[in-house]
Amino acid sequence: MPALGADMEAGTLVEWLAKPGDRVKYGDVIAVVETQKGAIEVEIFQDGVVSSILVPVGERVPVGTVLAQIDGAPGAAAPRAEAVAVAAKPAPPPLVESPPPTTVGAPQGQRIKVTPAARRRAAALNLDLGSILKGTGVEGSIRLTDVEVAASGAKLAPPSAKRGLDLSEMRKAIAAAMSRSKREIPHYYLTETVDLQAASTWIERFNAEKSPIERILPAVLFLKAAALALREQPKLNGAYENGVFSPSPDIHVGWAVSLRGGGLIAPAILDADKKSLAQLMAAMRDLVERARRGNLRSSELTSSTITVTSVGDRGAETVTGIIYPPQVAIVGFGRIVTRPYAVEGRIESRPLVALSLAADHRVTDGHIGGLYLSAIARLLQEPEKL
Amino acid sequence: MTDAEIRALIFELIGDIAPEADPAVARDQDDLREIFDLDSMDFANLVVAIHDRLKVDIPEADYNKLFTLSGAITYLRDAFAKK
Repeated sequence: MPALGADMEAGTLVEWLAKPGDRVKYGDVIAVVETQKGAIEVEIFQDGVVSSILVPVGERVPVGTVLAQIDGAPGAAAPRAEAVAVAAKPAPPPLVESPPPTTVGAPQGQRIKVTPAARRRAAALNLDLGSILKGTGVEGSIRLTDVEVAASGAKLAPPSAKRGLDLSEMRKAIAAAMSRSKREIPHYYLTETVDLQAASTWIERFNAEKSPIERILPAVLFLKAAALALREQPKLNGAYENGVFSPSPDIHVGWAVSLRGGGLIAPAILDADKKSLAQLMAAMRDLVERARRGNLRSSELTSSTITVTSVGDRGAETVTGIIYPPQVAIVGFGRIVTRPYAVEGRIESRPLVALSLAADHRVTDGHIGGLYLSAIARLLQEPEKL
Repeated sequence: MTDAEIRALIFELIGDIAPEADPAVARDQDDLREIFDLDSMDFANLVVAIHDRLKVDIPEADYNKLFTLSGAITYLRDAFAKK
């Protein structure tokens, strides 16, 4: 049973997607476990053949319990039996690199209308939209619910009951993790006001030339700048465990997603510093949708090396986060506001954002944190280079 | 496209983005983002969905014209008529 967060102590095995004798490969989803963060797909991180299932469906077991045994790797001279608790290391989640088509072929050559959410869900389920002859939307358009029903009938996905989120359980998980963080981590906090004139102008021009699916949100610039700035301050990127800080060679940003009805989850966007803005927008879109549906993968909950939160255009002016252990920093972006701002001796009306950092004093101090925030602010002045 | 059809379409698309959204609570002057708890990503996805379905161009500068139900209906009716 993988530990899908600092607060997780146990999980319930709700479905096996592999059986003894099945050949599995790196990145395959082989099980679904129910946690306080909802149903999570558990991936395997080696190639081999499932030799035995050790935990039956319905059983709740502690973190670290071996769930299944995988025999050998294909091509190995002498296959070895290895028990795995899965999720030993992260695997890259699939990325949505480009928008899928807006319609699908119908049996008689008609074009069926499909909502974007339905398209993405069908792609995730590997479901042929052409198999849905008529949707329940306007003019027979295919909606998300139609895809879920079709997938259920085709047995391509576990029943939806297993995919829901229990927000009261999630609240307990958040309380446990944040209490531990506040109890154990000596936080320090820094804030910086960032002039977004250049970023706003650039994004306006960028989006003006794009179709709606290609447009990006300001949060994408925030995410990329925060990721790139970590290259200059690696002591803010990693994990503090057993009294030792281990910097991460990779920059995997946990992107905070608020859930409808309450709750928060921060799945990872892997190698965020290396992705283009378009790739980051696609990754954010995908993660937000799956996080709210309770459809994340184990690797997405275990690989973040820092967390970034952006409250969007309906949030508060300032947000100051609580570090999610074992990470050592969280970056916050408040709502963009237009305010009087001094520019070269003149007062001008400017779009501004309050940038914040909460970091672990056991690893860094305010000097490092300040340099990091300055780097983010600097990067946001040249958005064309992000 | 009639106003009633546009209204039904908007609710359908919002329903895919925010499944718990109840159209019955929405009044014409309400901000769709407020009443259905749509964040920036949700609203961007709503515009994508409308664009896909109606094939009307919605520049980002016009997004604020779609914030209310009545505003969205007026905008899309006019945009659809110009196609």
